[in-house]
Amino acid sequence: MARLSLPCDEQTIRSLKVGDFVELSGRLITGRDAAHHWLIEQYRSEVAPYMAGSVIYHVGPVVKRHEDGSYSFVAAGPTTSIREEPYQADVIGRYGLRGVIGKGGMGPKTLAGLKEHGAVYFHAIGGAAQVLAESVKKVETVFQLAEFGVPEALWVIQVEDFPVVVTMDSHGGSLHTQVDGASKAKLDQLLGLSA
Amino acid sequence: MTSTEQWTERFVEVIARASTQLAPDVVAALQRGRAEEEEGSLARKALDTILANVDLARDKWQPICQDTGTPLVWIHHPVGMSTRMLSQAFTEAVKVATSRQLLRPNAVDPLLDRNTGHGAAPGIPTVHCEEWDEDAVEVRMLLKGGGCENVGAQYSLPNPALKADRNLEGVKRCILDAIYRAQGKGCAPGIIGACFGGDRGSGYLESKRQLLRRLDDRNPLPELDAMEQEILAKANQLGIGPMGFGGKTTVLGVKIGYLGRLPASYFVSVSYMCWANRRAAARFSPDGGVQWLD
Repeated sequence: MARLSLPCDEQTIRSLKVGDFVELSGRLITGRDAAHHWLIEQYRSEVAPYMAGSVIYHVGPVVKRHEDGSYSFVAAGPTTSIREEPYQADVIGRYGLRGVIGKGGMGPKTLAGLKEHGAVYFHAIGGAAQVLAESVKKVETVFQLAEFGVPEALWVIQVEDFPVVVTMDSHGGSLHTQVDGASKAKLDQLLGLSA
Repeated sequence: MTSTEQWTERFVEVIARASTQLAPDVVAALQRGRAEEEEGSLARKALDTILANVDLARDKWQPICQDTGTPLVWIHHPVGMSTRMLSQAFTEAVKVATSRQLLRPNAVDPLLDRNTGHGAAPGIPTVHCEEWDEDAVEVRMLLKGGGCENVGAQYSLPNPALKADRNLEGVKRCILDAIYRAQGKGCAPGIIGACFGGDRGSGYLESKRQLLRRLDDRNPLPELDAMEQEILAKANQLGIGPMGFGGKTTVLGVKIGYLGRLPASYFVSVSYMCWANRRAAARFSPDGGVQWLD
């Protein structure tokens, strides 16, 4: 299994291929529906330094606030990524992201964006909230908490050995397209719908 | 302590169990799936992580998945008990469970476009109360996540594209198509709850109620039992696999019910449940005893 430190450079990301297991360590940012909307509405210089060369994690975590005001992640598995399809490629380009972590894969616009900007889609295991929360070692800071609420806020976190699979790479490869095509052919055969 | 407070406390326990303790029949199905996947495959890796996660959540009594979903509950109660009190107590229990991080603040007010912060909102949780002749109260609940809810589907027969007519064969075709369309997006391997007949609302509700069934039960109606077994076998030939990574384990179970329909309507409603089928059920006797059910 490959290990990858964040932030990272374009060359490292371009070396990753569909099907690679990777363990991520370093700093990344979380963001889902409200966050993506907010990120493209205008350039948010306050969060930009946390995004350049790193990845955005599609997650709506359960977070515990401690008495000293610090936070920790209680449960943190990926959320469905396809909802960010209209925005993702632009967010990658504008903020210099090197990747996305989510689940379920994304569409053609994002796939083209990954190729153009040198980024990949990392698939985390959906529902594995406890395993993944254990990899989150520290919550550094948070943006838009009051406005968006806990699940939708942008959390800047430190992770260690966060397990993911590359399912869309920077060369146009997508495991999701492959599996969809093969399963469609099988479905058509089972239902007698083949041409 | 008032009766409402007492029930709130009991319901919090049921919610805690649903959110953190995956039912043994679901764990067994995941283990069987893991054994069938090739060593070193993405499918095997995904199931390893899932099983490790199930153990961690159980030991720590923390949510299996961070999307603690829509709480759906069916309560059977003795004659004369206030359903309004039970609904209030369950809603309060959702708020208490949310404050204890057993649930995520998971309710958004779409008019204000704001998370309510406490887990409740109009329609959340969904409480169904039904009177029965017994003197105990039986509670059966689900936590159904948003990712899998989003890939549910409803068909209206006939459906020419699927060559699906208004008969049981047509119903099967729709359910298989829904499984194909879901791919890994609903967190495969999933569990399918389906209903044919009913209207658009009642059909979906019955499809969800089917998800309360144990994976290893058999449908008492032979026609439906045969359909469930056939769809399960065929779905696992699609090759979608855990998380949609490819593999043999696409679906862990198929549960089908039916409702009466109008002559003009023939709906097939399919609810997809992620592998984390968070069910909990308990029976509370009048003397205050609690019995946990599967």
